[in-house]
Amino acid sequence: MKKHCLLAWSVRRELWENRAVYIAPAGVAFLAFAGFLFHTIRNPAPAALDAKLAFLLAIPYSMAASVILLTSWIVAIFYAADALYGERRDRSILFWKSMPVSDGVTVAAKASLPLLVIPLIACAIAIATQLLMLVSASAVRAAYGYDPATAWNAWPMARQTVVMLYGTAIHALWFAPIYAWLLFVSGWARRAPLLWSVVPVIGLAILERIALGTSWVTTAVSYRILGAMREGFTSDALKQPVTQLSQLDPERFFSNPYLWIGLAIAVAFIALAVRLRRWREPS
Amino acid sequence: MATVEARGVRKAYGQTVALDGLTLSVAEGRILGLIGPNGAGKTTLLNAILGLAPCEGELRVLGRNPWDERDRLMHEVCFIADVAVLPRWMRVSQAVDYVAGVHPRFDRAKAEALLARTTIKRKSRVRELSKGMVTQLHLALVMAIDARLLVLDEPTLGLDILFRKQFYDALLNDYFDGNRTIVVTTHQVEEIQDVITDLAFIDRGRIVLTTSMETFETRYAELAVRPEALDAARALNPIHERQGLGRSILLFDGADRERLAELGEVRTPGIADLFVAMMGKTAPGAPA
Repeated sequence: MKKHCLLAWSVRRELWENRAVYIAPAGVAFLAFAGFLFHTIRNPAPAALDAKLAFLLAIPYSMAASVILLTSWIVAIFYAADALYGERRDRSILFWKSMPVSDGVTVAAKASLPLLVIPLIACAIAIATQLLMLVSASAVRAAYGYDPATAWNAWPMARQTVVMLYGTAIHALWFAPIYAWLLFVSGWARRAPLLWSVVPVIGLAILERIALGTSWVTTAVSYRILGAMREGFTSDALKQPVTQLSQLDPERFFSNPYLWIGLAIAVAFIALAVRLRRWREPS
Repeated sequence: MATVEARGVRKAYGQTVALDGLTLSVAEGRILGLIGPNGAGKTTLLNAILGLAPCEGELRVLGRNPWDERDRLMHEVCFIADVAVLPRWMRVSQAVDYVAGVHPRFDRAKAEALLARTTIKRKSRVRELSKGMVTQLHLALVMAIDARLLVLDEPTLGLDILFRKQFYDALLNDYFDGNRTIVVTTHQVEEIQDVITDLAFIDRGRIVLTTSMETFETRYAELAVRPEALDAARALNPIHERQGLGRSILLFDGADRERLAELGEVRTPGIADLFVAMMGKTAPGAPA
């Protein structure tokens, strides 16, 4: 690593501290793989399905990737909610601030974890898991005298990697305002940052419901949580595993104004988090 | 140019005034002991010097405004805060790697050599170390940084007497070279008396005394007065009187030492005795 690259070292130290960002997805990956292996050994024969139902073969691979990515989002949420709070709680912020690293670089490093580093780690783990699944399925089939190549028909690895990288990227961008909001609250809250980031939103939704009888907040929140799938893929992608590149719809995703509004909000919250870290005095 | 130059520095938290127009100048190559009662504004002042908190008034550290230029200032300023603040999850080797990674003036070989003198294991996490070892580790990291100003806020709090002694010995023998400047606060006043070159008392957000230790030694005198000479000694306007070893002990500011010697034994007072003499009078509720 380049000497004195402050951002790189700041990211590195976040990974030292928060080992859950790779241990949790790796643990889930191991469980998914173990389950798949158990199933394959019990049912070694290649399933003979007609072309219309061929997508069913992709389900284990798609499921494995999904649970790994889902885990990484949960990890990212917990990480972001603690990122600027934990260092104040244990007063280690006094050590970090004794180093020649600005608040901007520190917060940028912390923001890069949920936005970039954790998704990349999750993708790498998912790809490795799928490769392991394919190799072990081939081996099991070969051991039982079946054609090992049939395993690879179920999951076209190269194409699926493109699909997964695309899906991960659009989710990171779509979730950016959520992560930035959590970072902001973690820099602001005196205690229980996760609670502080959720309760006001629920309160606002209830207030709106009672006062106006509408549910804009609830709609906005659920759209923010589920919207990336809906906006980034064609409509059939929600019902079955995405196996065709034609199911990707980047044009619609990147022309969605709510994506850009969300990113603008994310930038604002990150800027506020930098300011909070600078102004919060050690207690 | 002074290393630290504070003029009329003010800081208030709501109605509470922490720094009340404080003025202080610390020249290069000095070791300043900053002494004050709890709540006098010591930590607030240090936070302002380190760029951790904004303040009003004029404050320059190494010619820079610490609040605006904290990260640049930290190339040349080190600090150890009042309690062990090294991240508890960090491994010793990670701490060395990290500081070597981000700090351009860090001498890794020097840090390794300092650590080799301790029993600290490279693979240990900070939370597994004793409080004394954490301080040793922090000091090894800080001493390996070629800084111009070192700020220590209660660096030996909670350490046993051996570690405390080692701490100041290491600081004087292996770190201080006459060009660096050190500012230290502590309640263990006695153990820094022979360490510091300058002394400042802070009370209610103001500096109430600054003196070099050379001046301190000639200006202040403590007289263990012979019983029959007590009235004569009291007539010389002592600033404080206490009982000790069956004798009255009087503290004088600027008295003639030869005259005092006629009345009993004269010696240089401890900083703590002067502190009690000066602060005891002003502290609310203290006996007159």
